[in-house]
Amino acid sequence: MTLQGWLQIVVFFAIIVAITPLLGSYMARVYTGKRVALARAMGPIERGIYRSIRVDPQREQDWKSYAASLLLFSLAGWLLLYLILRTQSLHPFNPEGFHSMPWNVTFNTVTSFLTNTNWQYYGGETTLTYFSQMAGLTVQNFASAAVGICVAVALIRGIVGRSGKGLGNFWQDVVRTVLYVLLPISVVGALVLVSQGVIQTLGHYLSFTGPTGLRGQIAVGPVASQEVIKNLGTNGGGFFNTNAAHPFENPTGFTNLLEMVLIFSIPAALTATYGRMVGSRRQGWALFAAMTVMFVAGVTVLYAAEAHGTPAQHAAGLHTQVIANSTGGNMEGKEQRFGIADSALFDTVATDTSTGAVNSSFDSLTGLGGAVPMADLSTGEVIFGGVGSGLYMMLLYVLLAVFIGGLMVGRTPELLGKKIEAREIKLASVGILITPLTALVSTAIAIADHAGRVSIFNSGPQGFSETFYAYLSQSNNNGSAFAGYTGFIQPAAGNVGSHGITFADLLGSFDLAFARYAPILFVLAAAGSLAGKRVSPVGLGTMRTDNPTFIVLLIGVIVLVGALTFFPALLLGPIVQSLTGHLF
Amino acid sequence: MQIRQNALTAVLAMIVMTVLLGIAYPLAITGISQVAFPGNANGQQVKVNGRLVGSKIIGEQFADVVTGKNGKAKLDKNGNPVTTPDPRYFQTRPSATTPPDNAAATTFSNLGPNNLTTEQEIAANIKAYLALEKPYDPGLTAAQVPVDAADSSASGVDPDVSVANARIQAHRIAAVRHVTLRTVDRLIASYTTGRSLGIFGEPGVNVLELNLALNRITGSR
Repeated sequence: MTLQGWLQIVVFFAIIVAITPLLGSYMARVYTGKRVALARAMGPIERGIYRSIRVDPQREQDWKSYAASLLLFSLAGWLLLYLILRTQSLHPFNPEGFHSMPWNVTFNTVTSFLTNTNWQYYGGETTLTYFSQMAGLTVQNFASAAVGICVAVALIRGIVGRSGKGLGNFWQDVVRTVLYVLLPISVVGALVLVSQGVIQTLGHYLSFTGPTGLRGQIAVGPVASQEVIKNLGTNGGGFFNTNAAHPFENPTGFTNLLEMVLIFSIPAALTATYGRMVGSRRQGWALFAAMTVMFVAGVTVLYAAEAHGTPAQHAAGLHTQVIANSTGGNMEGKEQRFGIADSALFDTVATDTSTGAVNSSFDSLTGLGGAVPMADLSTGEVIFGGVGSGLYMMLLYVLLAVFIGGLMVGRTPELLGKKIEAREIKLASVGILITPLTALVSTAIAIADHAGRVSIFNSGPQGFSETFYAYLSQSNNNGSAFAGYTGFIQPAAGNVGSHGITFADLLGSFDLAFARYAPILFVLAAAGSLAGKRVSPVGLGTMRTDNPTFIVLLIGVIVLVGALTFFPALLLGPIVQSLTGHLF
Repeated sequence: MQIRQNALTAVLAMIVMTVLLGIAYPLAITGISQVAFPGNANGQQVKVNGRLVGSKIIGEQFADVVTGKNGKAKLDKNGNPVTTPDPRYFQTRPSATTPPDNAAATTFSNLGPNNLTTEQEIAANIKAYLALEKPYDPGLTAAQVPVDAADSSASGVDPDVSVANARIQAHRIAAVRHVTLRTVDRLIASYTTGRSLGIFGEPGVNVLELNLALNRITGSR
């Protein structure tokens, strides 16, 4: 590790701390119906959309109605995306003449983009038309992100609700999220990315003849417009197979910084939005602090492990210390322009949030380094987490922590003056346990069955890690991968003669959908239940939820739930590898 | 009734979003980018005498096709021509794509940290590096090989190498092209990109630009 490396990490996080209150309070204005500066430009478009989709944005919805709208919106998106991806030979903007992927890989891909996951068995540049990338995937990058934010906002409204059971109007929340938050930042961000070297073209792939006479081809496409929302919406699906490691997606240290800032900005800002909307900014900062502690722990371990290097490197006689003009460390699967620190930082940022983007190869991380993304996922994606989903899962943990804390000191558990009773605790507990349950059972099935093992690339414990990570990532709606694990065999670019591995594709699809929508329903149900409760005044007996004691309690609950459920699985993969120099 | 109304709204909403976010937004960004930043938007293409030789930010192979006894190009088991590094040029990092540095189908190596195949791959890369460089830099040992020269890049098309890697290759370039080592080292320095804003990322030497500069100075033959 170097001082220079740590400086990058510290400056990055300082930017996040600065953005959080600004973007957070802006979003609070958007969701409480206050006037914002963009209303002059966006207002007419907003009203036009309400008219054309035939909704009355003022109509309050209870949790069931809100959930029904959300599910129907997702179902419509699923069907449209499946239709788009399966008709590639008819597309405009298809200069390379690609055909469609087989049904099973398409099924997985569609479910993956609907659930804000962006798990990718395919490589974009050999598989998808520009039209699929733009009108298919980019749209869901916006829509799935908006859905996550809506659920978080609905939960906050439930917590602060003083009268009745209304959680707001789903359609209004979706439209406002897109028009006032996601789209403006994306337009500016995309143009900044292009100005730094990210490409944006609809032209043919480039054919060139190099100085020695060797011929080659370079895939291009409308990358910047997708790159920005893939990060901002914590989606993570790369335009290219190698994602943000590809120089056309992420050409410089500066774009790398910008993309990391985009990833963290909304999840971090939502803690401040929460603080604003519940009327106490300290509440928001408390959540931010708990997230920060876990983020710092992750990035420290990952950076240290990668700087140390791997047993395979050492056995091959490679020296991995920092020497003059070379980064040292484990550079397998890392880009020279990012080196060790920026790769470790990006990978931590992407797995803390539910962003599947990577700027280096996870399958080639050191044993201990690879344990960090797994641990990040094991928390249920609450270290800032996905847009919206990070906050609402964190608030489920808060309910649990309040309950446990209340039991420990013998007080009635309360959150911001609302009594937490059996119903809320049941909803929170089940909501939290769905993801670990799906991930672990799926891994067990995939390891036990031959149909699952054909997807594995590396032998030994790394093969287990690949499998575990595949189902952990899909269940957590993260989307990053130990990419040796495959569900798609493609002999040539353009999908001729390709076929999917149905077992891996469909088991993954189930995890994606179940572990996304079931927790959402439990969260909305909890929100509905909280919305109807009376607020009791703060007294001497109230357990505070905004002081260091509570932050420690909250982290403890998260680590205990994560560690207890996942520790045996972590032992079998990364921990075995980091304890031995043995090669498999 | 309410469900039916909701379903209609859902379908309409998806269509509106597809038009706005899937067509209008990316096309608008494409239009603005093509006007405001045409060089970047089209991939920083590098041309020599009007002929496209690559992209500034995409790594490519500087190698020659090996010809078999019959005078035709030798093919590997995938049907791609077998190549050997061209000693007149700086070499990019090891790449896991097929063929190497294939920017039409990028991929990670996905080689695990504790795997025998990883060790074999890295050992082979070290051996190849020494075979190419040691004749011109006799003191060079495996222990001095920079990590970026033995480990595969992430994208498979990494345009940069470390400065340490370039300085080792400079011995070969100077000998083969009959220029002084100082000249080559000066060129390396002028094609080294520092950290962004002085803080972010790592310095790297752009291999394509460096090689083209060499050609301008000493000719490509």
